[in-house]
Amino acid sequence: MRDLVRNRMALAALVFILAVLVFAILAPLLAGYDPASTDPGSILTAPSREHIFGTDRLGRDIFSRIVYGARISLAIGFIAVGIASLIGVFIGSIAGYYGGKIDYMLMRFVDIMLCFPTIFLILAVISLLEPSVTNIMVIIGATGWMGIARLVRAEVLTLKERDFVSAAKVMGAKDSRIIARHIIPNAIGPVLVSATLGVGGAILTESALSFLGIGVQPPTPSWGNILMDGRSTLGVAWWLTVFPGLFILFTVLSYNILGEALRDTFEPRLKE
Amino acid sequence: MNPKVSFEARERLEKLYELDKPVHIQYLEWVKRFVRFDFGRSYLDDRPVSEKIAERIPITILINFSAILLTLGLGIPLGITSAIKRGKLPDKLTTIFVFIGFSTPEFWLALLVMNLFCITLGWLPVSGISSLDFESFNIIGRILDVARHLILPVAISTFGSLAIISRYMRTEMVGIMTQDYIRTARAKGLSENSVIYKHALKNALLPVITILGLSVPGLIGGSVIFESIFAIPGMGRLFFESVMARDYPVIMGVLSIGAMLTLLGNFLADIAYSYADPRIRVVSEEVKA
Repeated sequence: MRDLVRNRMALAALVFILAVLVFAILAPLLAGYDPASTDPGSILTAPSREHIFGTDRLGRDIFSRIVYGARISLAIGFIAVGIASLIGVFIGSIAGYYGGKIDYMLMRFVDIMLCFPTIFLILAVISLLEPSVTNIMVIIGATGWMGIARLVRAEVLTLKERDFVSAAKVMGAKDSRIIARHIIPNAIGPVLVSATLGVGGAILTESALSFLGIGVQPPTPSWGNILMDGRSTLGVAWWLTVFPGLFILFTVLSYNILGEALRDTFEPRLKE
Repeated sequence: MNPKVSFEARERLEKLYELDKPVHIQYLEWVKRFVRFDFGRSYLDDRPVSEKIAERIPITILINFSAILLTLGLGIPLGITSAIKRGKLPDKLTTIFVFIGFSTPEFWLALLVMNLFCITLGWLPVSGISSLDFESFNIIGRILDVARHLILPVAISTFGSLAIISRYMRTEMVGIMTQDYIRTARAKGLSENSVIYKHALKNALLPVITILGLSVPGLIGGSVIFESIFAIPGMGRLFFESVMARDYPVIMGVLSIGAMLTLLGNFLADIAYSYADPRIRVVSEEVKA
C-alpha cells in the first residue's frame, strides 16, 4: 500500500517535472505575452482572465515571466548539477580507485571544502566575478560536488575488489579504461539519485541568490528574481511572491520525491 | 586599482598589504596573523575586522543555537512518533511535512510569515532585534523585546533543519525497533515507554547528533538569507554587505570564522557522540594502550 502511494506520488512528481519542462521548451507558444514587455495600462493587476497570475509593477505578465523564468531556473538546475556530478565522479573515482596518498589528499580537500557554508563560498566567488547566468551555473556546480565525490569514492572502494575488475586488469586494461568502462557505470545509480535531489537543491540555491540580488540579473526572468521583484509590494500584490514561490516549491518537491523513488529502485537495501 | 595611482602610493599599498614579499612569506605572515584573529582592517571604515565580527557574531550564534535546541526538541519527538505509528496517519503527515520542509525556499516562507504576522496581523515586529524604546525597558522587558524580534527568524531557521532531523530520527527508530535487544526488552515485560525511551532512543540519537554537527555550515549559511530579510545585524548580514562592497579583509575574516564554527560544531558532535555511546570512548582508550 505504502509502495503504491509512493509510486503514485513519484508518478505525479514525474508528470509535474515533465510539464514544467514542456512549459519551458514551448515558452514562446504558451506565454501569451512577451516576458519583458511592460504595459502601463495594467500595473499590479490581480489575477484575472487576461493575466492568470496577475501583473507586476511594470505591468509585465507574471505567468509569462514564470514560463520564461522556468527556462533559466531549470537550465541552472541541470547544468549546475551536471558540473557537480562530473567533478564529483572524477574526484571520487580517482580517490577510491588509487587509494593511498592520492585518496588521502583528495578527501582532505573535500573536508576543507565542506568546512565552508556553501552560500558563503558562493558569495565569496561572486564578489570576484560578475553574476551572469553562466557564472551562477559554474559556481553552484563547483561548490556542490563534495557529497557526490564521497558517495562515488565509497562505491568505487567496494567495486574495485570485484572479480570483473580483476578480470579487466588481467586482460591488461588500462586504469583509465577500467574506471570509465567498468567501475563508473556500476556506480551510476547513487549518482543519479543524488543528482536528481541535487537539481532541486540547485534550483533553491539559484532562487536564494537571485533573491539576494546577486543571482540572475533583471530583466532576464528567473523564478528567484521574479519573487524578489515582488518583495517590496508583498502587502498589496501577493501574487507576485506567491506564484513563483509555489513553482519553486512544487518543482523542488517533485525532484525530491523522484529522487527518493529512484533511491528505492537503486538501493533496495534501504527500502523500508 | 586605479591605473592613475602614483608610484609612491602604489608602493605604500604594496608595503601595507605585504605584496612586495614572496608568496610563501606572505602566506606565513597571514598564518601568523590568523592565529591571533588579526584579519586586518576593513576597507570601508578602517576598523579591525575581528572587532567588526565580534560585535556581530553573538546574535547569529544566539539565533542558530536557539534554532538547534528547538529543532532537537521538536524533531526527536516527531521522528519517534512517526516511527512508532509507522504507516498510520501521524507518520503520513510527518512524511508530507518532511518533504515540504526539504523543498520550501526558506526566504520565501520567511517573507510570507513576515507579511502575515507582522503586517496583516501586526502581532510581531517586522525587523531588527530590538524596539526603538529598548533603552526604557527593565531587564525582563528587554529580554522579552529581543525574544519577540527573534521568534520568526528562529522559527524559519528551525523549519528546514526540523525536516532533516525528524527524518533521520524516524529512519533510525524504525531500524532499531526491529533489533533483537528491543524484542528482549519487550519479552522481559518492560513497559512500551521504557522500551522506546530507554532502550531505543539512546541508540537512535547517535546518527542524529552527527547530522546536527554536519548541519552547522547550513545554519550559518542560512543566516545570510534570513538576517537580510529580517534586517538582523548578525554575521551573515555582515558577510553579505562586505561581499557587495568587495571588502575583502572582512570577507576573508567571516569565511575563516565560519569555517572555525563548522569545525567546532563537528568537534562538539564528536564529544556528544562519545557521551551517548561509551563504546567509542573504550575503543579510543584501547587504541592508546
